[in-house]
Amino acid sequence: MAALLLILIPLVTGLATFLLKEEKQIRIWVLAASLGTLVLSIFGFTMAEGNAALSFRAEWMQTLGSSFSVRLDGMGKLLCLLNAIAYPLVILTTWNSKYKKSNNFFALMLLAQAGMMGVFLATDALLFYFFWELALIPMYFLCSQWGGEKRIPVTFKFFIYTFIGSLLMLIGILYIYSKTPDHSFSIDSFYNVALSGKEQSVVFWLIFVAFAVKMPLFPFHTWQPDTYEQAPAATTMILSGVMVKMGVFGLLRWLFPVVPFASFQWGDFITLLALTGMIYASLIAIKQDDLKRLIAYSSIAHMGLMCAAAFTQNISGLQGLMIQMFNHGINIIGLWIVVELIERQFGTRKISELGGLAQKAPALAVLLVVVALANIALPLTNAFPGEFLMFNGIFSSQTKYYLWFTVLAGMGIILGAVYTLNMIRKVFYGNTNELTATAQDIRWNEKLGLGIIVLIIFGLGVYPQCMLNETTAVSESIFKKFELLLKTLPKH
Amino acid sequence: MNALLLSAILGVVMMFSGIVLKQKSAVRNVAVAGMVLLLLVNVLEMCGTVFFKIDTKGMMSFDRFALLFNTIVFAATLIYLLLSARDMEKVGINYAEYFALIFFILCGITLTSSFKSLLILFLGIEIISIPLYILTGSDKKNLKSNEASLKYFLLGAFSTGLMLMGIALVYGARGTFYTNDITAFTEAKPSALLIAGMLLLLFSMSFKVSAAPFHFWTPDVYDGAPTVFTSFMATIVKAAVFIAFIRLFDEAFGTLQSSWQLLVAIITVATLFIGNITAIFQQSVKRMLAYSSIAQAGFMMLSLYAMNADAKEGLLLYTAAYSLATIGIFAVLIKMNDYTFDGFNGFAKHQPLLAATTTIFLLSLAGIPLTAGFISKFYMLKATLQTGQHLWLVIFAVLMAAVSVYYYFRVIQAMYFKDGDAPPMQISSFFKWMLVVLAFLIILLGTFPDMLLRWYYF
Repeated sequence: MAALLLILIPLVTGLATFLLKEEKQIRIWVLAASLGTLVLSIFGFTMAEGNAALSFRAEWMQTLGSSFSVRLDGMGKLLCLLNAIAYPLVILTTWNSKYKKSNNFFALMLLAQAGMMGVFLATDALLFYFFWELALIPMYFLCSQWGGEKRIPVTFKFFIYTFIGSLLMLIGILYIYSKTPDHSFSIDSFYNVALSGKEQSVVFWLIFVAFAVKMPLFPFHTWQPDTYEQAPAATTMILSGVMVKMGVFGLLRWLFPVVPFASFQWGDFITLLALTGMIYASLIAIKQDDLKRLIAYSSIAHMGLMCAAAFTQNISGLQGLMIQMFNHGINIIGLWIVVELIERQFGTRKISELGGLAQKAPALAVLLVVVALANIALPLTNAFPGEFLMFNGIFSSQTKYYLWFTVLAGMGIILGAVYTLNMIRKVFYGNTNELTATAQDIRWNEKLGLGIIVLIIFGLGVYPQCMLNETTAVSESIFKKFELLLKTLPKH
Repeated sequence: MNALLLSAILGVVMMFSGIVLKQKSAVRNVAVAGMVLLLLVNVLEMCGTVFFKIDTKGMMSFDRFALLFNTIVFAATLIYLLLSARDMEKVGINYAEYFALIFFILCGITLTSSFKSLLILFLGIEIISIPLYILTGSDKKNLKSNEASLKYFLLGAFSTGLMLMGIALVYGARGTFYTNDITAFTEAKPSALLIAGMLLLLFSMSFKVSAAPFHFWTPDVYDGAPTVFTSFMATIVKAAVFIAFIRLFDEAFGTLQSSWQLLVAIITVATLFIGNITAIFQQSVKRMLAYSSIAQAGFMMLSLYAMNADAKEGLLLYTAAYSLATIGIFAVLIKMNDYTFDGFNGFAKHQPLLAATTTIFLLSLAGIPLTAGFISKFYMLKATLQTGQHLWLVIFAVLMAAVSVYYYFRVIQAMYFKDGDAPPMQISSFFKWMLVVLAFLIILLGTFPDMLLRWYYF
């Protein structure tokens, strides 16, 4: 029941938000709703695996062999928690942003949350596809209605990209469905389907494209910087913090266990793409003058590393990936909040026009430095255990190019430090100029939002075990699928 | 059988109602009441109450497939009349006759959905076509309407000629008009006469459903005809011809599937490609909808290609989904003064409810989940995948569906994201409620397709 409520609360409150009129009322209502979801997901997080409350099943579309079944497992717990934490943070820190027709804005935001919850919870392929699309539609409206100047064509590109991806995934799902012995969309039937090597390859690519676009993986990433730049700040936070995780999540939940052979077969190729993308995006990020674009490219770089880690297909890599999904979400939301605060105060995002902010806004500077250090995975910050495990995974993976991949990934990390530290230096240190001379420090709600993020960063940096406990079972079950496969291969 | 006779009688009644009743609203009410009655008797027949029993010598069979389709058609027509009947007044002075012609078309549709003999098929197609020629040209003072009517008539007559020729050749090869008998005895190799007849039938039916490369009449005719009638033509009539199409090739030529399947695949690809790609370049929403109807026909052709149980179920769903959504969009379009995309600029600000429902219709046409359009496209893809060959066909169809998003979303973009001053419109609250009901139906059908399909089986 808890699993069902996680979808229902944002869905129902979101629909109700359409009807609200008064500005203040809307904000409080939405904050309350998202806090409700947060409490519930923390409650779900603490529940033991196998608790009946964590799954729900109802008959739906019986003639098609589909049912409304959702389940909260270790990986789902982390991502639902991320989704639930992200919303109050975003609402809190953008409390002072003004939106035209804010009831519609927040209603769509909550509907997107419901869609993403569904993606993380669904254990029926058709249901998964439904939620996958339903998370997208509100995003489309949010970005095109409340975004920047070039919002309409940019968002449209984003939509078409992801829509083509998801339609191809639909074919993949249908193909597997037609091969299941009991003609069912349930995840168990999908996991037990027997496909030949060639069929696996076809299905793998049909489905993988959807996830690759969502992540986004180089070379499918071109929608991303533009969309992040044009979308309203609150939407960008959700988009980059939570939604792109749907792509990696999809790999782990719906691709690897279903077509393990093809995943292994194409692993090297995709790891190469992912790491190329990581280096490429980092290099572009170094050259960026626009803060939003810098963070957008940094996000591509991080997702590249995550994708590479996913294809290591060993327990260390998978576990690191799962906790990194959560931590990256938290960190990138922190970065976006800072950018949003800067843009709102100075009306510019150009790094070259800013400088010396640390003198005028010490609280903001301290909080940003922590978030930025977490972004480059310094020890004791939350991103460190994840990245460490992912590295370990890449280094000990079965591929014969493991050394090259490790070197490439390491270079990506170094470049990440270059652009992040560069950004801090240019924006926060040095001398103030005309624009920043009159800068003010941040308000209490913004301090609170960023403060919570910093707390999470240190908390999980010191004690990542609570997350690792949750992800062990899932990563082992995924790994089991590969184990049989790997035994037949020579060790490097 | 109930519906067949009643629709013919209602057609005659409507013709005389124009003489007897002086008020237009009275005529309209009679038509709506007649439509409700028609729907009712058809549902009764589905439940086993047959009022008329006429021996058709096996030339017609009112099976579940036919009856369920009739129900869909009558329900869609009822919604169409409720939404748009008032707008027919603007077309011309022969108000009652328009309703009469629509009832005659419905009579033809009951024939085409239940034929077992090629003669009945021919009769049905003709009974549908001739009133349509008249309706297309009903805006007598408008040159475009006249041109469309003439074009439609000439090309329609030509394709009817092809169809007759095809029927004659099939008769020559088999010595029978009965669809069952055509398949009943098969030699090792079908005769050239039969194949030629079958091809001619394939082409003429492709013409009627505006499948490429026989689609050239469609944009001009749909654009030229009065918009109220375009709505009817592009949805209900097209669906009916599709049902005839799939019935014909299932029952009469099912055993010859190997010889027409590839050809149908090619027609499907061409239709999808031309419909979708050309729709992108349109500036008028009405013309865009004409091309969109070609594109949707391409998707429906997939059911013909697959020709299995899923395909037939799926086609029923598809006709319902497509008709309902398109009727809704046309109903809104009729109210607009400016048919271009720019005419929709800022529409959401002035008419939030109309814009919201139109968005749902467009999302359904684009095939977004939870709408009827998605589930029907889903069935088409599923049916095609089940044939186990030509995976590329499915991938192509899906890519074209992604293309279709481009032009459907252009309307949404204009309505919501662009500023403009649409002139104020008089919209009755009844009209708004009907649109809400329609949008609700589309979502209901999309979330619980079993509600419709269980009628097919029980």
